[in-house]
Amino acid sequence: MSTASARTPKLGVQAATKVYQTGSGDLLALDRCSLDVQSNEIVSIVGPSGCGKTTLLWSMSGLHRLTGGSILLDGKEITGPRPEIGIVFQEANLLPWRNLDANINFPFEIKGEKPDRAWIAHLLNRVGLDGFGGKFPRELSGGMQQRAAIVRALALKPSVLLMDEPFGALDSFTREEMNRLVEEIWLDTKTTIVFITHSIEEAIFLSDRVVVLTTRPGHVAKIYDVPFQRPRSLEIMATKEVFDLTNKIKMDIVGERVRPKTPERPSAEIVRIRP
Amino acid sequence: MSGGDAIPEFSKAKSGDGQDVSLTNLSAFASGPGIKSGGEVAAILAVAVVIIGGIELALRVFHVPQYIMPPPSSIVYALFDEFPLIAPHLGYTLVELVSGFAIGAVVGLVMAAVITQFPFAEKIVAPYILILVTTPMLALVPLLILRFGFGYTPRIIAVALAAGPMVMINAATGFRRVDSAKIALARSYGASTLQIFWKIRAPMALPMILVGLMIGAIFGLLTAVGAEMVGGGFGLGNRLTSYSSMIQMPQFFAVVLILSTLGILIYVLFFLIGKKWASWET
Repeated sequence: MSTASARTPKLGVQAATKVYQTGSGDLLALDRCSLDVQSNEIVSIVGPSGCGKTTLLWSMSGLHRLTGGSILLDGKEITGPRPEIGIVFQEANLLPWRNLDANINFPFEIKGEKPDRAWIAHLLNRVGLDGFGGKFPRELSGGMQQRAAIVRALALKPSVLLMDEPFGALDSFTREEMNRLVEEIWLDTKTTIVFITHSIEEAIFLSDRVVVLTTRPGHVAKIYDVPFQRPRSLEIMATKEVFDLTNKIKMDIVGERVRPKTPERPSAEIVRIRP
Repeated sequence: MSGGDAIPEFSKAKSGDGQDVSLTNLSAFASGPGIKSGGEVAAILAVAVVIIGGIELALRVFHVPQYIMPPPSSIVYALFDEFPLIAPHLGYTLVELVSGFAIGAVVGLVMAAVITQFPFAEKIVAPYILILVTTPMLALVPLLILRFGFGYTPRIIAVALAAGPMVMINAATGFRRVDSAKIALARSYGASTLQIFWKIRAPMALPMILVGLMIGAIFGLLTAVGAEMVGGGFGLGNRLTSYSSMIQMPQFFAVVLILSTLGILIYVLFFLIGKKWASWET
């Protein structure tokens, strides 16, 4: 949080607060969460289950409206889905009744635009899905489905890519492969990426900064800089620096869970929680 | 506004992906024209030959009179012999079935699509829909004949009334299978409500819609034949009552054979449509 930069952040999250109305009363998912994401940065958000990571990301995407606070894209408040923002969802989220080509064309269909064939071909080649355009999602492995979802998200050339635990369902080898792919794509496009994950290793490997959220209600606990050079090799993951950083973050998350709830932190005024 | 959002949820159970709704998974129809190996086909045909041959033999050996049960050979003979006389009636029945089904299916589909957009209205209407589904529309035929005479009209209305609710209740189940992640995907590209309907909800509902159309068509066939038996001098149902009153049992069974062929064709038709357009679910 020390970056007192004068430039406008790509994404500015300011005291973001989100309350869900559930059958058993209101649920405070995010409590005055603040962080800045700079242009061309990869920021990962980690935290215990149910800490509001996904809620934060969906709010950044404009799919959910915040209850309080605001999120700014290039200084302008996000009030709904924006074409500059691409999303990669959990479990690929491909439409099973469409083949790969039709899935990647989906955003263009919705917008009534002509797909940029050359760019899509380039992306498909980048992620190694050449010649799979006629295949249906059920015919592809989980990793391939998620690659296709990345292509779909990048097809419209967004300036921000939001990734919501994209590789959570993949095995660890495929996952490492996908992480390297994301880095390659980032080196290629320099798209600002916000990456939600459960995996601290994944967060460190990919990110310029790792944001740790507290247990619900989600709140920024700590932000770590990850200074390693890119492209990062898998070997750096075995260094002592990474090991120490991983442990620190782990302690932040686990310690948070073990520690009794801190009553001294008051909730936001607009939020009332019924038991 | 913000309170209306649902907590992001990706579990398969909630999105309804786990439901078995494809035509091929309907256990009642599992014996239909699935993909079968040559050996299986041969076995099915062999069973048919054994059963039909056995019936033929038994009826002849025990000298069972024709008015109790005609032998299969005489049914087949009657089918070819009488077909020129039966064919026009097949045409009448098809006209009733196709026009009544078309009306019922369109109304049922539109109502399902509209009603599922308003969960509250759906809750209020649900019990009445159930009454429409469970009431045999055949029961209304005498009344309809009283009102509209012995022509096509009462029969077409009865077919529409029988098929419509079946289509509607199944299509509504399909439209209710909301997958919040897929709708969020469309919304993230700025999709309108109409686009979400045509590009997400409708394709997701398609397998259930096809099930509804198939059940509706078969109910329509039942109702058409039943209505023809009640009154009016034409249609396959009328042939059934006419042949049985004259104890022309081979001809009677020939008509039954035509009706079951019609039913199978309906099933095969929707099976093939499902295989082409909704096979992504299996």
